Amino acid sequence: MNEFIQFILGRLSIEYFPKDPVTLGAAIGMPLTVLGLVGLITYLKRWNWLWSNWLTSVDAKKIGIMYIIVAIIMLLRGVADAGMLRLQTALAANGAAGPFSTDTFQQVFTAHGTIMIFFVAMGLAFGIINCVMPLMIGARDMAFPLLNAVSFWLFAAGMVLVNMSLVFGGFSNGGWLGYPPLTGLEYNPGPGVDYWIWSLQVAGIGSLLTGINFVTTILKNRAPGMTLMKMPIFPWSVLVMSVLIMLAFPILTVTLALLGLDRTMGMHFFTSDAGGNPMMYINLIWAWGHPEVYILVLPAFGIFSEIVATYSKKVLFGYKTMVWALLAIMFLSFIVWQHHFFTMGAGANVNAFFGIMTMVIAVPTGVKIFNWLFTMYGGRIAFKAPMIWFLAFVVTFTIGGVTGVMMAVPALDFQVHNTMFLVAHFHNVIIGGVVFGFFAGMMHWFPKIFGFRLHDGLGKLSALFWLIGFILAFIPLYILGLMGAVRRIDSYSDPTWQPLFITSGIGVLFIAGGIGLFVLQLAYSIWKRKQLRDETGDPWDGRTLEWSVPSPAPHYNFAVQPVVAERDEWWRRKQQGRTHVERSEYVDIWLPKNSPVGLVIGVLAGLFGFSIIWHLWWLMAICIVAIIIVVIRRTLIDDNEHHISANELFHEAAKASR
Amino acid sequence: MNSVTNRKIEKYEKAELGFWLYLMTDVVLFASLFATYMVLKNSTAAGPTAADILDPTYAFFETIALLASSFTAGVAVLALRFKRVRLAIGALVGTLVLGALFLTLEISEFVELVGHGHAWTQSAFLSGFFTLVATHGIHITIGLIWGSVMIAYIFKKGSTADSLRKLTLFSLFWHFLDLVWIFIFTIVYLGAHL
Repeated sequence: MNEFIQFILGRLSIEYFPKDPVTLGAAIGMPLTVLGLVGLITYLKRWNWLWSNWLTSVDAKKIGIMYIIVAIIMLLRGVADAGMLRLQTALAANGAAGPFSTDTFQQVFTAHGTIMIFFVAMGLAFGIINCVMPLMIGARDMAFPLLNAVSFWLFAAGMVLVNMSLVFGGFSNGGWLGYPPLTGLEYNPGPGVDYWIWSLQVAGIGSLLTGINFVTTILKNRAPGMTLMKMPIFPWSVLVMSVLIMLAFPILTVTLALLGLDRTMGMHFFTSDAGGNPMMYINLIWAWGHPEVYILVLPAFGIFSEIVATYSKKVLFGYKTMVWALLAIMFLSFIVWQHHFFTMGAGANVNAFFGIMTMVIAVPTGVKIFNWLFTMYGGRIAFKAPMIWFLAFVVTFTIGGVTGVMMAVPALDFQVHNTMFLVAHFHNVIIGGVVFGFFAGMMHWFPKIFGFRLHDGLGKLSALFWLIGFILAFIPLYILGLMGAVRRIDSYSDPTWQPLFITSGIGVLFIAGGIGLFVLQLAYSIWKRKQLRDETGDPWDGRTLEWSVPSPAPHYNFAVQPVVAERDEWWRRKQQGRTHVERSEYVDIWLPKNSPVGLVIGVLAGLFGFSIIWHLWWLMAICIVAIIIVVIRRTLIDDNEHHISANELFHEAAKASR
Repeated sequence: MNSVTNRKIEKYEKAELGFWLYLMTDVVLFASLFATYMVLKNSTAAGPTAADILDPTYAFFETIALLASSFTAGVAVLALRFKRVRLAIGALVGTLVLGALFLTLEISEFVELVGHGHAWTQSAFLSGFFTLVATHGIHITIGLIWGSVMIAYIFKKGSTADSLRKLTLFSLFWHFLDLVWIFIFTIVYLGAHL
């Protein structure tokens, strides 16, 4: 009987409910919020609307919006985590106790890193790409619209697993990359590390499928006439990013799977006994991890390229060098991973090679920075909010890049390895590069997706708060790192560090203010949406195809398939006065039907992860069988499109332009 | 009608490219596992080495079975292209039987190893060995399920553009697994005795 109960419940047990007040509060608050949302939707009778317009949608723009919503909610949690970390280090000086226990602190910094990279940065990247990339290449949709939905729901399932750990079982305490043997079974027998492994595994497979989808879309769905060298830079950056995803994410899948096998099957890949090799894990995870950095930052580079050209009213300077810089980064990003562990002891020659390669990768990045500056030079610059984000980016990202080259020198790296200097460096490039880029992109393309602009002043103010907050939060960390402060410490004995840590904490408050202003900007703009409505479909005098359709973009993107002659096609048409489309050009189109398959697979994959975390083997088997059945059933359907006639298209377009 | 065929051709081209790209990601996946195996090959923790326990006879018959199944998979695609539906189904059944034979041999080798006390928990080398070979075996299992579905599908629909497209993707997958096996045979089984 006991064995039967254990078989059914796995290692689920009452002892895994959180005990300390901080996590308990979150553990009670989060389910209540979800219940409240469910109640609200039921009360407003919006389930049908939600199901047919969102949950089963395969429209890339809607999937993109869902990605962005999830990412922004996760951003709030990630910043709350950051606030907790800096609150602890501001108080816990000279033997004083901080508000959090060591174990909580470890879980918080692990969750902060994991969430910010996988569920905020990746989510914002995929969100913005889904919203605008097909529009920019003149496509109606992704190459595989349903696969796109599957990817999103896998991402969402991973997100749910991360947050579930807060309520039940606790999260990993092994840092965002979970180095063994600390994350091995011997030192971490609980479910925390398993939550980390399986949430990333589920979300990571979604990312891999997205990469394949983006590459196929860009290679096959471009408008007639748009050769690769006539493609705008943003889709170019997405192409390079997606190739990186295809080459890097399988390594992550393998690495996480091997760590999972160590933990659940008693294998010895990364254990400290029976021949296991923990250093191999560090090589493997960074062979994924370094390309991942570029996976995040390249789309941000693409966004800035579009923004600078648009708001400077000039053709992008050095288009070809931009493309070649992207390709050079793609190649180089795979031969620098060892710079994350110069101190491992690989020897002087190996360190020298990776150090030099790391310095070399700064060259194509520098090319891009100068190209943007030369694009601005002599232009008639409109200082709208996206441009303010760009200026904040150039300054902060360049500082981050320079400190990166500093650490590329192995001799110096030995001094600052795993100190606050490193923490400051990568926040410098990720906040200054990735986050600023995505905020700029959201403000730039918002009217195209929703039909009204975001309030400009609040956007600028938000950028300003982020910039000040960033400087206050991270410049002290550079100094602390040089003074010898190790990363991930929850207390310290040197009282001279405290003022710097307090300054850094104040910086977090400014960043939180920046996010608050962004939320306010959203709310205010929704309230004033009538005044901010975008009537023309081209509010910024844009250059590329997405501005040639009405705002918000119709679900089929283009009523008439555009034919491209030049790089800045929409700009050319405006110059030549050829923006009108004749009735005779309209033809019938076919679009993919909505499907619940994405949602179903996401739920099953989430349950699959949950069942492994808690050793519920029967549930795992059910999930695998169910996923196979869903996939088979889907592959047997050949007719999955619906039809829109030329007449309907024409009338809808006429209505939108009125 | 013409536009319908055009759309199907377009869809087919996208599916084929997408599937090739997926196979390339699988190459990276297997490459990572091969690298792991090579790093851990000599980490036997006083347990048996590759030369002690890996018997090329098993692997030899597995190789023959898989190579033959790749041939029949090719025959199935050609037969369907020339509208020889029954031949195509027969060749597919042959593919699956040979694939199942391969899997049976692999599993009996695993059972034998575990029976002698050489399970994946014994050493890092054995963890690497079981993981690499079993990952290929799981792919073969997926291929067997996919192949069975294809037989039912072709039985129902005959030789259509859709069935040909689906079968081509299946055969790509199957040939790819054959290729991965050649590497496993060379690096793991032959490499054990070099």
